[in-house]
Amino acid sequence: MKLQEYHAKSLLAAGGLPVPPWSVASTPEEARTQTQGYLDAGADRVVIKAQVLVGGRGKAGGVKLASSADEAVTVAGQILGMQIKDITVRRVLVGPAADIVRELYLAAVLDRAARRVLFMGSAQGGVEIEQLAVSDPGAIRTLHAHPHLGLLDYQARLLAFDLGLNEHLKAAVGVAKGLYKVMLDNDADLVEINPLAIVRERASDGAVTESLQCLDAKITIDDSALPRHPELEAMRDVDEEDPVDVEARRQGLSFIRLDGNIGCMVNGAGLAMATMDLVKRAGGEPANFLDIGGGARADKVAAALRLIVSDPSVRAVLVNIFGGIARGDEVAHGLIEAYSQQERHVPMVVRIVGTNADLAAEILRESGGDIETAASLDEAVEKTVRIAKGAPAPA
Amino acid sequence: MSILVDENTRLLVQGITGREGAFHAAQMQAYGTNVVAGVTPGKGGQTALEGTVPVFDTVRDAVAATGANTTVIYVPPAGAPDAILEAVGAGIATVFCITEHIPVHDMLKVVAVVEGAGARLIGPNCPGATSPGKAKVGIIPGSIHRPGRVGLVSRSGTLTYEVVQAMTDAGIGQSTCVGIGGDPVAGSTFIDILTLFSNDPDTEGIVLIGEIGGGAEEAAAAWRLEHLPEVPMVSFIAGRTAPPGRRMGHAGAIISASGGTAGSKIAALDAANIRVAETPAQIPELLKQAGVRPS
Repeated sequence: MKLQEYHAKSLLAAGGLPVPPWSVASTPEEARTQTQGYLDAGADRVVIKAQVLVGGRGKAGGVKLASSADEAVTVAGQILGMQIKDITVRRVLVGPAADIVRELYLAAVLDRAARRVLFMGSAQGGVEIEQLAVSDPGAIRTLHAHPHLGLLDYQARLLAFDLGLNEHLKAAVGVAKGLYKVMLDNDADLVEINPLAIVRERASDGAVTESLQCLDAKITIDDSALPRHPELEAMRDVDEEDPVDVEARRQGLSFIRLDGNIGCMVNGAGLAMATMDLVKRAGGEPANFLDIGGGARADKVAAALRLIVSDPSVRAVLVNIFGGIARGDEVAHGLIEAYSQQERHVPMVVRIVGTNADLAAEILRESGGDIETAASLDEAVEKTVRIAKGAPAPA
Repeated sequence: MSILVDENTRLLVQGITGREGAFHAAQMQAYGTNVVAGVTPGKGGQTALEGTVPVFDTVRDAVAATGANTTVIYVPPAGAPDAILEAVGAGIATVFCITEHIPVHDMLKVVAVVEGAGARLIGPNCPGATSPGKAKVGIIPGSIHRPGRVGLVSRSGTLTYEVVQAMTDAGIGQSTCVGIGGDPVAGSTFIDILTLFSNDPDTEGIVLIGEIGGGAEEAAAAWRLEHLPEVPMVSFIAGRTAPPGRRMGHAGAIISASGGTAGSKIAALDAANIRVAETPAQIPELLKQAGVRPS
């Protein structure tokens, strides 16, 4: 689960990392009040940033500066309600604009192959690290933290020196170690500070100081760990999610909407992906990925079918169940139950093999609905694609 | 021969009194697996599987009383890491963890301990392994198998069943089928299992079932070129049509900005002289073309 920037910053701050002040506004008037507060405290300008989970908000015009409270109202008014990659901006982050001396990059990610947490640091900040990895891999310093020992002091110092932070050594070591703590405390599989920056501050007496600050952050939480972090689950931004995703999660289904017109219901993630691939190969377009999981009781199957058919572009449904733990008759009962309750009848092709497949075939035959059966996956795919292409457009 | 599980397997079932554990323990026993013990803390002294299998409070007691050498874990995610460590601590050499949704930071810690102890962990979030005609450990349906000489290793569950069924229908039997699981951090990698197959004189061909996410298929392809170039190998990669940035059911099945696409994996496998099937049903034919005889 991705966190919004303002949530990510709150986790960094809770972990003791230096984060400049920020606040969240959902109306231009709130932005005005907050901006006035920062200006009164000595800021020259504020930055107003759209809070959305999609990338590219700067390019889309979702990050702007304001020098007065009135300007903040105008800018916040422009950003709030703006569409960024189909997502409506509902909140903006407001904070004093930093006087940046130098930008750097520091992140901790899960390294699957090494089975370790990987630290990545670069003296070139504010960049897309994936692009930098291609264009100038030597500019990225990496090292692994030990799962039991964590990031050691000398490793944090190595990162600090390699990032040219000699003059901020103590702060840099604190940031690196704090980053690891934030990752562990919150079961994150990614914590990225981009940019980490040396920021210039001018005190009221005119004295200039420089300090290390986390100016932007991305955090992704391991979904499997959410049950033990209700405080993080509460940060989920349901507004930004497809309502279908919310319903799928409530039902315990793994569902991803796609652009096609063939609904797919499969047990098992690998088989579900393979079924989509075969639909595409046969000239069809899958409307979704859906793994109903192991066991697959009748009520879950029924919920899954309702989700699929709620997409008006779906013209045919392909059900592919390889029974092992899942019992074929149970799946068939769920299908018939949901089918009979549907307002919109979409033709279905059902392929059930394995445990109690014979019983399933009998149940489906006797149902009298617009349900075809198939013995093999290839046959089921071919039949569904044919139906989807020939079916009349939805009313 | 076979790998990981066979007639010498003395199987412990951790979580044997739970719904999943009880069901699959019965299935494994019915297949012929030597289920010697169960463990559920607090239920020591009871029996399972209609009185045929003693239940112990601890793995230590189960090993002492029955000589269990392999364990399979059906324990909910909050207790599964501890169950793995208890088994390794009691000296069990081979640990299968079926449990899904174990937090990844827990697995990082567990895997480091398992490695240090010299034990072997398969999973988590895996279907287990079957050596047809000898033993099955996990949740793979026994009926789909046929004894033979092709080894299979996979990141998936039901997709594996699909492929195994197709092989069996075509008369191509299996030496051992192993599911290594769909999580980003797993106890055993493709290369770990390929290494075991390479040392098994009775495995004459290998099927590798991969999917999007990570770089394990690419690593396996490179390893094959260096260590196992002569053995016929065939593959299938799921997720050619998966959109980037979305987790496709398995925690590990996600295309990231740094890679993990089906295209990258297929190219790497092709370059390692591993034919990649476009459908699971093509696998038996590709195996035959690569020189594998029906058995």
